[in-house]
Amino acid sequence: MPKDELKSEYKLVGTRPDRPDGLDKVTGRARYGADFSMPGMLFAAVVRSPHAHAKILKIDASKALALEGVKAVVTRADFPDGLTGEDWNLQENTIANDTALYDGHAVAAVAATSALLARDAAKLIEVEYQVLPHVTDVDEAFAPGAPAVRPGSADHSVSSREVDLPDNVRHNVVREIEFGHGDVEAGFAEADLVREGTYKTEATHQGYIEPHACVGQMGADGRGEMWVCTQGQWFIRKFCAAVLGIEASGLRVTASEIGGGFGGKTTIFMEPLALALSRKAGGRPVKLVMTRSEVLRATGPTASASMDVKIGMKKDGTLTAARAVFRMQGGAFPGSPVDLALTCAFASYKLPNVEHIGYDILANRPKCAAYRAPGAPMGAFAVESLIDEMARELGLDPLDVRLKNAVAEGDKSSYGPTYNRIGLVEVLEATKAHPNLSVPLGPNQGRGVATGFWFNHGGETSVSVSVTEDGTATVSIGTPDIGGLRASIALMVAETFGIGYDDVRVNVVETGALGFNEPSHGSRATFASGKAAVTSAQSCIKQMCQRAADKWGIDAEAVEWVDGAAQPAGPNAGKFPPMTMKEIAETMGATGGPISGHNETTMDGVGASFGTHVVDVEVDPETGRTTILRYLVVQDAGKAVHPSYVEGQYQGGAVQGIGWALNEEYVYGKDGRLQNPIFLDYRVPVASDLPMIDTVIVEVPNPGHPYGVRGVGETGITPPLPAVANAIADAVGVRMKHLPMNPPKVLAAIKAKANG
Amino acid sequence: MVEVNLWSGLRRFTDGELVVTVEASTIGEMLDALKAAHPGLAPVIDAGVSVAVDGEVIAANYALPVRPDSEVYLMQKLKGG
Repeated sequence: MPKDELKSEYKLVGTRPDRPDGLDKVTGRARYGADFSMPGMLFAAVVRSPHAHAKILKIDASKALALEGVKAVVTRADFPDGLTGEDWNLQENTIANDTALYDGHAVAAVAATSALLARDAAKLIEVEYQVLPHVTDVDEAFAPGAPAVRPGSADHSVSSREVDLPDNVRHNVVREIEFGHGDVEAGFAEADLVREGTYKTEATHQGYIEPHACVGQMGADGRGEMWVCTQGQWFIRKFCAAVLGIEASGLRVTASEIGGGFGGKTTIFMEPLALALSRKAGGRPVKLVMTRSEVLRATGPTASASMDVKIGMKKDGTLTAARAVFRMQGGAFPGSPVDLALTCAFASYKLPNVEHIGYDILANRPKCAAYRAPGAPMGAFAVESLIDEMARELGLDPLDVRLKNAVAEGDKSSYGPTYNRIGLVEVLEATKAHPNLSVPLGPNQGRGVATGFWFNHGGETSVSVSVTEDGTATVSIGTPDIGGLRASIALMVAETFGIGYDDVRVNVVETGALGFNEPSHGSRATFASGKAAVTSAQSCIKQMCQRAADKWGIDAEAVEWVDGAAQPAGPNAGKFPPMTMKEIAETMGATGGPISGHNETTMDGVGASFGTHVVDVEVDPETGRTTILRYLVVQDAGKAVHPSYVEGQYQGGAVQGIGWALNEEYVYGKDGRLQNPIFLDYRVPVASDLPMIDTVIVEVPNPGHPYGVRGVGETGITPPLPAVANAIADAVGVRMKHLPMNPPKVLAAIKAKANG
Repeated sequence: MVEVNLWSGLRRFTDGELVVTVEASTIGEMLDALKAAHPGLAPVIDAGVSVAVDGEVIAANYALPVRPDSEVYLMQKLKGG
């Protein structure tokens, strides 16, 4: 959408200036995780289990340590005992104790004077395994007779009662969830049409282009530094400190530029290994850079899911009741996003009767990490596919069915609370009005529609803004800039001060420079760091008004801030020419000292976001290949601070979802080993696969943010999975219920349909 | 007094009640009061929950106020990507 189409009362917020980090990135000056180097630095390599499940009987590093240039080897014995809960999970995932829990699980690590030597040394570390039975599929892990992945891991929700599951299944169920309202059976009885279906999605990886990389340095005193590619340097500090048994304040963490994260870089994987190796190697810095294969085998993909959905609908499309039973495995550790998947599943709909049941299940796969609206895309695939199927069966327009049941302010959500101001109806109406919907379709072409939801998140936030001595402003934020954050923060701060966009410098700072910050996750960075930056700037403005008042000899209350300058608030305040920010800054040392503002809070005022996607596909009936002809994203941004970046988030979410829908999946062999741990075999969409993704920014301002911002990063990946499935159903009449919808599967479905 | 809506899986800790009433003026006081009144809820609350107050889902910040007329829901802990 061109800039002039966005109505705005603001001078800067809503415009599209160049990104402040653009020059560094196009000239190669920007430093990513693997770009950090230090004098005396060692290089690390990790020994990983080739087995999905195996007892570690013995680790012999003597041959590796005998190589000249090998400086340290660490195993679990170099880490403290006694951790509990998620700290233990993180430590166990960082390096296995006595059992390797998945193919790629780290068992040992070595540091040497070159990367090549470290890799050679890793091959010389001998590990003796006793292979154990394994399970990787979510339904097989939930089935009677499944191998127990980690008996005794269940939380209170399972262990506090006798669930009606066989004992061996209970071993792998670590959490049980149940919530809802109304009477679903009565709701189904009211319906004219009741349908149910079972849907499966496979695990996919966040697929960030930059692999995990860090340099860690730690001395025998437990103090150290880390330079790392991460979405959250405070989380790196917190988790590394827990896993290593050191004080958090002893570790200083600096985030590099980041080549994508999508949730996968909100936790630790190999970072404590670099620090442990450094400590053992006399404090020399240790660089650890993962290969793509390591990224796919050993860092968090999302969960795989198996989902039953039942929905009741009246002839006019009104929903009467719904039930979802979701099973998700998130690897060998608790924490699949089954809870969030359920919470988002029916969030777009007014439902008087709804029931959600979920099982978090263990399997011999890597520990899942957050992935863009964790869980929501899977739930949407199941629910939006069934809604679409029922609408078609009743001869109703799928968009009209969504509008008929769409939630608005004051409606009770499917997960309980009453919605505040939300923009789903506006999104659906903007979708209906878009010209893409009137493009005629040809043979084997189809159109699919789906809607998605994400809560968005506030989170712990610390920001500082200082008035620079020349009248510009410097902003310190703790949330790494993944998708244009520095530009967005600069726009909001410049707008607040009434100065130019180029007069604001935003820095992502290290953990010693601010109070705690949660990562750039939960679509929170522009919302929360932005809100805290505006609050901090307003504090600076208050101080600058005071300085002007002191100079003029009037009360500070009689001074107002307009267009970057202090001025008397009215004729009664006296006649003084405006005092600009530059003038105040140049003399601030003599008028009371430096001027800065800061804000530390667990941010409130979050606004949820809804989006609707419309995709046109063509399916080749001879090969089963699906081509995306055109794709539309319509989403509520609250207020688009920098519309280009908002559109980029919409497009990126759509593209990742298209990949998940059509191609991407973790393929495990019968031996439990990942069969496709490189991008050649793990196929993400590339530019030549796709048309330009069309976008419409709907702006229903969030009353909880000074500029109306809602998070925009995650909602966009929620609708694509069902939207593409619905389009394929429209094109060739086959209903795909198991992702990915790759050519062999679609072709088999077409043939099965032809054969009756 | 504040009415707290629980998720249905918690009913077994509250004698079957889905809505329980506690004396509290902040989210933190409300959670403490829930644990005191229904000790079976303690492991669930200690493991981490989110709270929705008047429609806004709050993943943390126990200092935020709740009023007698607030709509309060206990929810699964939220996290994002």
